[in-house]
Amino acid sequence: MPATEMAALAVTGLSHRFGQRTVLDDVAFSVQPGSFTVLLGPNGAGKTTLFALVTRLYYAAAGRIAVFGRDFREQPQAALARMGVVFQQPTLDLDLTVEQNLRYHAALHGIAATIAAPRIEAELERVGLLDRRRERVRQLSGGQRRRVELARALVHEPSLLLLDEPTAGLDFESRRFLLGHVRRLCAERGLAVLWATHLIEEAADDADLVVLRAGKVVGQGRVSDVVAGAGAAGLQDAFETLLRAA
Amino acid sequence: MTAAQYGRCMGGIVGRETLRWVHQRGRFISALVRPLVWLAIFAAGFRFVLGVSIIPPYDTYIPYEVYIAPGLVAMIQLFNGMQSSLSMVYDREMGSMKTLMVSPFPRWFLLLSKLLAGVAVSVVQAYIFLAIAWFWEIEPPPLGYLTVLPALVLSGLMLGALGLVLSSFVRQLENFAGVMNFVIFPMFFASSALYPLWRVKESSPVLWWVCQLNPFTSATELIRFALYTQAQPVALLVVTGCTLLFMALAVIGYDPGRGFMARRGGGD
Repeated sequence: MPATEMAALAVTGLSHRFGQRTVLDDVAFSVQPGSFTVLLGPNGAGKTTLFALVTRLYYAAAGRIAVFGRDFREQPQAALARMGVVFQQPTLDLDLTVEQNLRYHAALHGIAATIAAPRIEAELERVGLLDRRRERVRQLSGGQRRRVELARALVHEPSLLLLDEPTAGLDFESRRFLLGHVRRLCAERGLAVLWATHLIEEAADDADLVVLRAGKVVGQGRVSDVVAGAGAAGLQDAFETLLRAA
Repeated sequence: MTAAQYGRCMGGIVGRETLRWVHQRGRFISALVRPLVWLAIFAAGFRFVLGVSIIPPYDTYIPYEVYIAPGLVAMIQLFNGMQSSLSMVYDREMGSMKTLMVSPFPRWFLLLSKLLAGVAVSVVQAYIFLAIAWFWEIEPPPLGYLTVLPALVLSGLMLGALGLVLSSFVRQLENFAGVMNFVIFPMFFASSALYPLWRVKESSPVLWWVCQLNPFTSATELIRFALYTQAQPVALLVVTGCTLLFMALAVIGYDPGRGFMARRGGGD
């Protein structure tokens, strides 16, 4: 997956340090439109730092990040406008209702209430929570809150969706729903997705893969290609081989 | 981004802060009760101890309650500024700050909107206090209720911006008690809110200088003069200058390359 200007997300030569500790080292990969790309790495590999950099919570001192050709340094606003994010940490306002949270998000993207209302309804319908829209988020379960966050990330119709360990702490059913829903979005809307996880089973054979270990990319490509390249029987073996080889 | 989009974004931020304020009834009531306690108990006790001579903007001898009323209005704004700051730290800890920070609008604009949202809440509280204070015979000229508005907005901006600066330095919610002790109380007591500065000068010239340099004194005097339909040019300049300075520092504090975000160590 070479980093190209036309990619939904292109990361090149990205490095980051916290004091003396290098967290990311010359990271380069891209996410193409319509691709479901899994960023796979064990805990501490640098996934969350990478997310903080590609969402501009941290400043990328070394390297380049571009969203649909819009460089983060030159056009940060244009890049952020096309991006939807589900963070690892819950970010909903617990004391506001589901609908108020989504309306607030729409306002943060400058969307008029009349345009936002049908979109909010449609996204909540898709995640099966339309009938809970007037309840405070505090009253929802962990899995339902995650679905609200996913619906919220799509209200401004982004072309690139970033999810940082979205299934962490969820039960099997909620994980299955979330993964299936996002994969459908890729197929139906041509949405580019970067899905960070440490769970190998979330990377299906037809997904694209970026393997991160100790801040470095140690493997990338179509899952089936990465498995074949590592001479492994399955992804689990390939993943272990890549982690050992690095 | 068009002007209408900017307007919607700001409206959304102000709307959210208002909803949070309405939901947190305890915060609203304590913000109102605090100055009323000062007015009802502190001022009543001290009116016989502290004599207030005729000083501008007053043109006659005034009861002590009348003197401290503008100071208590400024106190409402001081506590509100710090409350907004606390809510920024809370939002950061709870993660909802990230929602704000990935908005495609410039960060300075997002911070300004946050600031204006806090000011709107504090101005409403100040007017509620002034309405109740009327029953204590604190009766500024009717026009004063209008002329005090720009002073309330400006001083609210200054104290809110100071709160933003502090929130960019405070890493954890637990550390916030220190800010209260080291910022709010010294600012409030070393000012002209509770006693005229000529009285302070009599007892300690050093403290008098500290009070003079304290921007909260300027905010208090700006409100006091405006409430009596007069302008205080020095206070106006100091408050405006400090607002700009604090706002610039807040923007730096929340800059992803320079502020607290750059200093923080990542999770994984």
